[in-house]
Amino acid sequence: MRDDSTRLEAIELECIRDDRVLFSNLEFTLTSGEMLLLEGRNGSGKTSLLRILCSIRLPDAGRVTWCGQDIQRLGPDYHAHIAYVGHRDGIKQDLTPQENLRMAQALGKPSPDNDIDGVLDGFGLYGFEDVPTRNLSAGQQRRLALARLRVTDSSLWILDEPFTSLDRHGIGVFESMMADHTAQGGMIVLTTHHRVTTHDTPVHRINLSA
Amino acid sequence: MKQASLMGAFSLLIRRDLLLAYRRRAEIANPLLFFVLITSLFPLGIGANTKILQAAGPGIIWVAALLAALLSLDSMFRSDFEDGSLEQFMLSAHPVSLLVVAKVTAHWLVTGLPLLAIAPLLGVLLALPGQAIAVLFATLVLGTPILSLIGAVGVALTVGLRRGGVILSLLVLPLYVPVLIFASSAVDTAAAGLPVTAQFYILGAMLILALSVAPLATAASLRISLS
Repeated sequence: MRDDSTRLEAIELECIRDDRVLFSNLEFTLTSGEMLLLEGRNGSGKTSLLRILCSIRLPDAGRVTWCGQDIQRLGPDYHAHIAYVGHRDGIKQDLTPQENLRMAQALGKPSPDNDIDGVLDGFGLYGFEDVPTRNLSAGQQRRLALARLRVTDSSLWILDEPFTSLDRHGIGVFESMMADHTAQGGMIVLTTHHRVTTHDTPVHRINLSA
Repeated sequence: MKQASLMGAFSLLIRRDLLLAYRRRAEIANPLLFFVLITSLFPLGIGANTKILQAAGPGIIWVAALLAALLSLDSMFRSDFEDGSLEQFMLSAHPVSLLVVAKVTAHWLVTGLPLLAIAPLLGVLLALPGQAIAVLFATLVLGTPILSLIGAVGVALTVGLRRGGVILSLLVLPLYVPVLIFASSAVDTAAAGLPVTAQFYILGAMLILALSVAPLATAASLRISLS
């Protein structure tokens, strides 16, 4: 399923916000096993670009294709392949981490091997699985949001500042998780202000304020 | 396989929303309390004149049910919008319109069903005859899901706005009017001892129409609100 034909392509993308052109004629191709790192100043359109790649937002011009097909037309068939962690965690404060992940798993295509308790353990949330999420620290809540990536079988991870409020240990763990994901043929698009250790992953960089 | 997981997501979403509602019991009690308070104030204001109460009763109960439904609408998507869960729904591998049906079902179970349970009691309070109370109950069974379904479209359109409350009522209330007219007319007619099949057919048709159109419209509106 994950082979070289899996590719994400942006064709002449343009994004306009409040009459300001954030970027135009943006093009890139991302294939299996690669990572795309978006850089740029605050307000340069990084989040907007990610939302366009998720198909939440429509580009003002151009299109995004997945394996050659327009993502707007693919709809749920495209969504089955992606996982998005944005600014807003998408985590319900009144539910426990376990309940949150169970919902996330049901919404996507469940991963074949990973059980929810195992994933929580991998993110250092073992022992917190039945505590209401509002009682967790900001870093733990971020870990829970990232844990969503592992409960579904998605090949493209779209991450908006994933390292926010993670401690140094958590950053290290997640970096090696990203490296594992790309080594298995996955793809990652992320924005970050941290210096990312990418291990052996081939990395494309796009600077939106250049 | 695909079908099974869709049903799984559907029922899990309903269970999730019911669980969330249970953990915030105080908030969901509000619309119900509002419904009971409004209706029970009328006999005090009008006086114990059974004739007037009987004549106004169906209208009073239905207007109160309508306002209670309106009051409860905002909670349908608000918190999911604010914490980003809504984005995750839009990015689900399942059709959004079906997830919307699950959300609306859960919302109706939490806000509509309690109204059904308490309405016969309020009918007695307003001195409605027994057979009119039975018809009142039946109109609420058909009518409150319509209110939730139509409301979902309005909420989906206004959830991105900071002060969507007023616009929401302006959008939704005109669409609620047909339900109000036919439902209270059915109860009136029943109180007069006449057959009410016509009104029931129309309410049933409205329910089927809402059920088939509203989820698609809601999904499209949510997409607009998020982009």
